[in-house]
Amino acid sequence: MIILTNPSIEAVNLSKHYNSFLAVSNLSLKIEGSKCVGFLGPNGAGKTTTLKMFTDLIKPSAGEALINGVNVHTNKKKALASVGTLIESPEIYPSLTPREVLMMIAEIRGVPASERSKRVENAVSEIHMEEWIDKRVGKFSKGMKQRINIASAILSDPDVILLDEPTLGLDPRGMSEVRDIVKGLKSKNRLIFMSSHILSEVTDVCDEVAMIDHGKLLAYDTIHNLTGKFSGGGGIAEIGFSRPIGDAQAIKMIQSIQGVTSVEKLDPQNVRINFSGGTEAQERILSDLVAMKLGVISFRRSSLALEEVYLDLIKETV
Amino acid sequence: MTEQDTTQVKNVVPGSFAQLGVTTKYTFLDYLRSRRFFVLLGIDLIISVLLTIVIGYYRPADVLSSSLSFYSSWWGLSTTFVIVLSGIFFGGDAISSEFQNKTGYFTVPNPIRRSSIYLGKWLAALIASTIILGIFAAITIGNGVYYFGLSIPYQFGEALLFSWIYLVTVLGFCFFFSSLFKSSTTSILLTAILLLFGFTLIDAVIVNIVKIEPWFSLTYGAGIISNVLSSPYPPHKTTTTSRFGRGLTTLTSYNATVPEGLLILGVYFIVTIILGLVLFENKDFT
Repeated sequence: MIILTNPSIEAVNLSKHYNSFLAVSNLSLKIEGSKCVGFLGPNGAGKTTTLKMFTDLIKPSAGEALINGVNVHTNKKKALASVGTLIESPEIYPSLTPREVLMMIAEIRGVPASERSKRVENAVSEIHMEEWIDKRVGKFSKGMKQRINIASAILSDPDVILLDEPTLGLDPRGMSEVRDIVKGLKSKNRLIFMSSHILSEVTDVCDEVAMIDHGKLLAYDTIHNLTGKFSGGGGIAEIGFSRPIGDAQAIKMIQSIQGVTSVEKLDPQNVRINFSGGTEAQERILSDLVAMKLGVISFRRSSLALEEVYLDLIKETV
Repeated sequence: MTEQDTTQVKNVVPGSFAQLGVTTKYTFLDYLRSRRFFVLLGIDLIISVLLTIVIGYYRPADVLSSSLSFYSSWWGLSTTFVIVLSGIFFGGDAISSEFQNKTGYFTVPNPIRRSSIYLGKWLAALIASTIILGIFAAITIGNGVYYFGLSIPYQFGEALLFSWIYLVTVLGFCFFFSSLFKSSTTSILLTAILLLFGFTLIDAVIVNIVKIEPWFSLTYGAGIISNVLSSPYPPHKTTTTSRFGRGLTTLTSYNATVPEGLLILGVYFIVTIILGLVLFENKDFT
């Protein structure tokens, strides 16, 4: 069966209240296409509640949660047919092995019998747990279980992936590996909607962000547009050098590049610049930096700009 | 629509019945390897071994007077305890643990109806409990064959069938209580209290104080398991007058008839399985 569709998720006037507490308030948001969207907000903002309403873990009090145009609550099987999820670090049946729990998910999701074993082994290989594949999950650490959950989310090669703080409980290596997995997932035609508290993670992995607080959507745009709006059309980047740039002359040189508005030395081999302009300005600044032969080895958009936007928006709603 | 906007659904999500089978298969595997299965099996064996030793050593005349009285004493007195324990062990927290232990977060956000998960788990619990009951029945028959040869009374077959029906009902009841709460401890404790003492106490109070037949009681309906092993079948209502001190006291006891018992068990099963399912369908994972 071939279904022609552009992967999408849509909240239509979605609300959830627990007695008098309004967790999500009339949320309307449509995300469409192959991209990664970060879902940001402080604790209690309504991120997890929203994701739970998209995965049948919570019934909405009002409104609709649609995936690929299908209502999750009236037609769950169709809506979640091509969705991988990881919500709130799930626990796994302790007496089963990763191979067994993933086979169970593969069978539920209708992965063809001829492909199941291979898909399970590939998913386990992607999370680097080959040697644990036949050990019982009950003995696993929280981080190991989270990896199995990630394997479960990607097992059926879904079009839409919903992740709720996927790096929660992982050690730094695990966090980095999960970020790499998510980046890898982006290369295929997928829509990834990921909540996170870690702004650097969102900046690193996502193309767009939706910000929510007190259950209300504050902003939804590309990271570039959002940071641009809040910093007068510019951004922040961190530049790494192969050797120390100790002298003030080097800083002056960087400051003289057209579009650079300020330079801050982070340490002898790293500086942070504020700049005006969009991607073209970034390209030119990088090109000028390289031409200066200061030993530029990295040029990375900083999460600081997103942090400023985040804090500004959240502050307004307090 | 461009080619880039095109996505392909390669997996065909199976029907709800097939998914129910998948849930049953893996939940049963989980039960079979779990500590609670082995603990229950241990209890099952301890009861069987104790009965074997006690009857073998003391050779009570009334128990060994006929094969029917042997099966009545053995099966009639202990099987409901084994069934209730199975219900508590496999059903007491079957659904509440999905919330408390967060295993529901692994299974529910998949293209599967909650009813397939609920009924799949119930079926797995029934299979695991049937194994326990089957082992207990095999040891009972083994002892019966030792004392009376292969002349197994047909009433034992009926009692076996009624016991299995009671097991089905007890699991439905336990799953209902398990759906009521999000705490495993609360649901296990409540089902244990109700099934081990609660119903029996209510029966006694209702019969002796209100003086009506306890047709609403699950344990009253389950009485047909031991009643069917009595020959003749006990009367539906018995009134005895005894002298207590200076006065005469009239005591009434009721025995469910087979159709009545089956009706009580059937209604309990249907009502509790539906209520439990509705609760699970509508409960939020918060």
